[in-house]
Amino acid sequence: MNNEMPKRTPTHAIDIEALGRMQSRVDPESAETCLEVKNLSLFYGEKQALFDINMKIPKQKVTAFIGPSGCGKSTLLRCMNRMNDLVDDLKINGELLLDNENIYAKSVDVAELRRRVGMVFQKPNPFPKSVYENVAYGLRLQGINSRRTLDEVVERALKRAALWDEVRDRLHDNALGLSGGQQQRLVIARAVAIEPEVLLLDEPASALDPISTLKIEELIYELKDKYTIVIVTHNMQQAARVSDCTAFLYMGKLIEFGDTNQLFTNPRKKQTEDYITGRYG
Amino acid sequence: MIKDWIKSGNPWIWLTASAVSVSLILVFGLLLLIATRGLAHFWPKDLLAITYLDRAGETRNFIGEIHGSEIVSAERLRDSGFDINVDNTLYERLLLKIGNRDLGGQDFKWVVRSRIQQQSLPAAVFAAERREWGNFYGYLVAVKQEGEIVAQGEHAVSALEERLGRAQELYEQIRDIEKDEIGAINYGMERLRLKQRKMELDKNDSPENLQSIEQERSEYRQQYDALQNQLIKLYKDIERDAIVAKTADGQEVDLPLAKIVRVYYPNAMSLFGKVLFYLEKILEFVSDEPREANTEGGVFPAIFGTVMMVMIMSVMVTPFGVVAAVYLREYAKQGILTRTIRIAVNNLAGVPSIVYGVFGLGFFVYFLGGNIDQLFFPESAPSPMFGTPGILWSSLTLAILTVPVVIVATEEGLSRIPKAIREGSLALGATKAETLWRTVLPMASPAVMTGLILAIARAAGEVAPLMLVGVVKLAPSLPMDANAPFLHLDRKFMHLGFHIYDVGFQSPNVEAARPLVYATALLLVLVIVVLNLTAIAIRNHLREKYRSLEQ
Repeated sequence: MNNEMPKRTPTHAIDIEALGRMQSRVDPESAETCLEVKNLSLFYGEKQALFDINMKIPKQKVTAFIGPSGCGKSTLLRCMNRMNDLVDDLKINGELLLDNENIYAKSVDVAELRRRVGMVFQKPNPFPKSVYENVAYGLRLQGINSRRTLDEVVERALKRAALWDEVRDRLHDNALGLSGGQQQRLVIARAVAIEPEVLLLDEPASALDPISTLKIEELIYELKDKYTIVIVTHNMQQAARVSDCTAFLYMGKLIEFGDTNQLFTNPRKKQTEDYITGRYG
Repeated sequence: MIKDWIKSGNPWIWLTASAVSVSLILVFGLLLLIATRGLAHFWPKDLLAITYLDRAGETRNFIGEIHGSEIVSAERLRDSGFDINVDNTLYERLLLKIGNRDLGGQDFKWVVRSRIQQQSLPAAVFAAERREWGNFYGYLVAVKQEGEIVAQGEHAVSALEERLGRAQELYEQIRDIEKDEIGAINYGMERLRLKQRKMELDKNDSPENLQSIEQERSEYRQQYDALQNQLIKLYKDIERDAIVAKTADGQEVDLPLAKIVRVYYPNAMSLFGKVLFYLEKILEFVSDEPREANTEGGVFPAIFGTVMMVMIMSVMVTPFGVVAAVYLREYAKQGILTRTIRIAVNNLAGVPSIVYGVFGLGFFVYFLGGNIDQLFFPESAPSPMFGTPGILWSSLTLAILTVPVVIVATEEGLSRIPKAIREGSLALGATKAETLWRTVLPMASPAVMTGLILAIARAAGEVAPLMLVGVVKLAPSLPMDANAPFLHLDRKFMHLGFHIYDVGFQSPNVEAARPLVYATALLLVLVIVVLNLTAIAIRNHLREKYRSLEQ
């Protein structure tokens, strides 16, 4: 890193104007908060992976986490629906508040929490069942078995995931017969079907081709007005395209968090600037 | 050159390929041997009529079928009493099945080929399979009805055929009455006896109750008496006819038709007739009950017992093994303890099976069965219900024997389910148990089936432990029949594997039984193959259904 370098606007890396984004600004501090991370530190055994993270994720906005590989962005995301509970030897300090309740409190029902905070993973992971059963899975878990309700919800979820037109004739075929992009949208439909408040997306488009990626991005844009979305991405253009707020993590520390336009055009921190102009990462 | 060839890896390919070929040749050779030896037994062999100079120098006549031959030295023949010159050192001798055990005392005889003075294949000679004393070989002389000759010479053949059909029908009627109807009455009477005994034990034996039992009993008795009268009449009917037959040495004997299963003339048979006869015999073998200390007739009860035992075992071993594997893999804290348990489970599969038999006898039969009897069936004492070997205990013993295989295979399957699938389910708000039940276990079911296939393959061939916990030489009734509650898990049963041992080594007539050993062995192999193929078909179906994300 060369600290002598003259400061300049890093527009050559991402031309934020050209992306045609709305020019509205979001200030995470003043906007209505959905999820609040308070002094969160996380240890894998002896190794510390997250260092004292503090952030407020605004309601019904898209928040993107960017940063180089291994910076802890996925780990932070997986804390938000306690997916990390599956890892042995894990220790978490601090609090994570969903609607002002700590999700790491002893009284929290983890299954119930995950119903409120849905998650979509990097690789599409449909169950080896029919398209219909995949979407109905979460509802069946809640004991909803009425054919009419299920039909309705499945259709609505698939429509919302922009998949309905492609699968309406093969609802009862195996979901593994769909293409990668379709599978990923199916997984999103599956998550949307149970009406979560928050949707966590862990690099949802990294295993997909450009056209599927575009569809997923459009979908995220559509879903924003109903859900709070948190997305982890490697792809800075993607973060710039879809998100309202962006957090930059580096080596397990939150370096900068703020409005996307501002973070990409005029970062406050030197490290952020170096990263988004492609100097490391 | 050679060095390059070795370097190219070709020798290894040849080595592995030849190892595979050798294994295949061994397997198919074995099957071929069993099949030829076993299946040839049912073919009607020609009956050879010979005039033979026996060791005492007397001429004697025999009729028999050739069962085998061997080359022996002159010394051996001389030692056994033959007057033989020395220059010809090797002699061929034939093993003849001469039948007529009731007359001659033995139904096999070695004859030295060079001492046969005359031999022919007379068309008139017949073989009669009998219900006792083995086969009869001879010439038909006449047919008798109530002691009077009704047909002679050429007419006798058709008269015999007609009357044998009638006798056969009567015999079946008698068997139906004795086995099914009287069997059902006996079963009902026994239950009544137990019911009464239970009332006495419960101090519930009021005169009214006893009277109702007495009434039921007298109903049974009436039915029984009616059947008994019917039987007496049938027995009289069936004993009406007999045939007069002449043996090879001219002796005339009476053979009652009631004792004859079938009569055939092998030397006069056309090829088509022989094929028909052969198929009929094979059908009899797989569908009939054994006769004559298991050396004749069929093995149906043994097939039934084997299949049923394997099925009960599968039903028990699968849930048990799956539950154990799920706990070990999904819930138990992975550490030294679980590792030790896993090693112990693996080693359990290596314990000799007879040890399981001893365990089954001690724990299941005496301890569990004995206590069940004391608690639930005190009325049947002193004769045990469950405190004695039976099909339930056999299945349980084999289930214990095979449970390690199922556990190991299931664990393997569980560990292969992609983590992404579990996370996907958990992220939708499923608990761990729901995830297991709805997604992971269905996806692991092909692995469970693999375990079950291995378990079946092992259990169906296992004999040693069964001898202690439930297999018998001859079971009077099947473990499943028309008497409620239809499934009698306390009964003893027959098993193909044990049948092989019994027929081959415990039979009074080893020579006659030897082909049956091969035939039964072939059947056992076929039964196991069918059971396995069924399981494999189910597994492939499941595999297709739960194709996972392996891309």
